[in-house]
Amino acid sequence: MTSARRRSPARLDHPALLGVAGLAGLLLIVQLLPTLGLVDDRFLPPTSAIVSALADEAGTGQFWISLKDTLVAWGWGLLIAVSAGVLAGFGIGSVPLLRNLTASTVEFLRPIPSVALIPLAVLLYGTEIGSSLLLICYAAFWQVLVQVLYGVADVDPVAYETARSYRFSAAARVRHVLWPTALPYVFTGVRLAASVALILAITAELVIGSPGLGKDIAVAQASEAVPTMYALIVVTGILGVLINLLARTGERRLLAWHQSVRGEVPA
Amino acid sequence: MRRLIYALALPVVLFAGWWVLSAGSESFYAPPLSDILTAFGDTWTLAALKADVLPSLLRLLAGYLLAALIGIGLGLAIGLNRRLRAVCEPVLEFFRAIPPPVLVPVIMLFAGIGDTMKIIVIVFGCVWPILLNTVEGVRAVDGVVLETARSYGVTGPARITKVILPSAGPQIAAGLRQALSIAIILMVISEMFAASNGLGFTIVQFQRSFAIPEMWSGIILLGLLGFALSLMFRLAEKRALRWYEGLRESQRRAG
Repeated sequence: MTSARRRSPARLDHPALLGVAGLAGLLLIVQLLPTLGLVDDRFLPPTSAIVSALADEAGTGQFWISLKDTLVAWGWGLLIAVSAGVLAGFGIGSVPLLRNLTASTVEFLRPIPSVALIPLAVLLYGTEIGSSLLLICYAAFWQVLVQVLYGVADVDPVAYETARSYRFSAAARVRHVLWPTALPYVFTGVRLAASVALILAITAELVIGSPGLGKDIAVAQASEAVPTMYALIVVTGILGVLINLLARTGERRLLAWHQSVRGEVPA
Repeated sequence: MRRLIYALALPVVLFAGWWVLSAGSESFYAPPLSDILTAFGDTWTLAALKADVLPSLLRLLAGYLLAALIGIGLGLAIGLNRRLRAVCEPVLEFFRAIPPPVLVPVIMLFAGIGDTMKIIVIVFGCVWPILLNTVEGVRAVDGVVLETARSYGVTGPARITKVILPSAGPQIAAGLRQALSIAIILMVISEMFAASNGLGFTIVQFQRSFAIPEMWSGIILLGLLGFALSLMFRLAEKRALRWYEGLRESQRRAG
């Protein structure tokens, strides 16, 4: 990146310009493959057809309701998972005995694929939002918990002992020593959890049929509305990019005081 | 000894708790653990393992290895070329952001509903974390190391295998680890969509026919499988990155 920064931004090989060229190239390829007959357009419709399907979708009320449903499930799931993960992480992380006792259980439960819970979610909640929430919370919780545990373990023992010898209360130690040290880890966990939560929200809708964009994709597929299906998939991708950007920007803003972010600012 | 007690205490307590609390369970959805365990033994016999678990695992393995090969290969190419990286970056970020399970319907269009479809789904889902982490890892290779290698005449394939790959190794391993859990998810999802065998298919069959203890036993088996795979990955990673762990250890001691 440094070598790119030294060049003047008007040059043709500026990264942003090249990136736009890359995206344009992708759109062009998708347009050309079906029109030239290299790929059957029943499988891959040209860019123009996908874009017009996207425009049609955006004109319907159903699309916006589904988008809202997906975002609501995502938001609640993430909120629950992050709160539970942070609380459990600090609780377990700051008591060595608890950390030792829970390590093996965390390691065992974490790799259990959350989709294994799909049949259970169906039985318990049917196609309600509860099914989505169960899967989202399970998957996102571990991302946060494990990061917080790393964060709490990273606390400088000298700082911690200093705080103790100055008779900081337990709450003050958490507030002034543990929390600032663990915060960057917490944010990494939240960022990971945000994308995992989106994946699980859409997966739940796709497989179980709880309301949202994923369900619309399944419906479009079943009714062989291929351009609409692609259009909705593009929407989920854009949603993912936006969530990623939002999480990164938020992280940078809130951690502006922290070494890892300050170090990135070009002098 | 102490560590063993620590490792086993909570699982034993939880397991015993589940056993005792569910023992008299009348709930249809949460049968007693003893019933689930009986069902586990009855359901997952050697023949069933061979008929349902083995195909799943083979698809997982094929998809995962292919994704690793493609991801590391393309990642090296993109990471080493600044311009190519600038062109590809937004496109790659977009593909990574698409939730992998939505690719199942698309790939079903192209590849039908056979094994090929499932393998492609797995490849398509787990190639992105590997690819992007390889790009990052290659980009972060120490310039001094590269210059030193160059002045010692280490070029061509040796430059890649002896200098760049090892130094990007930890990051690539991180991508591979993320990809492993995605691969398991996609294996199950693709089988839930359309399959005649496989773990995902069987568990959904149990759920639809309200064979609840069997369904629970399938969930437990999936959990065990996920756990075993991540354990195997960690062992392999430890071997491959032994130099790195050693380096960190000595740095920690010095610091």
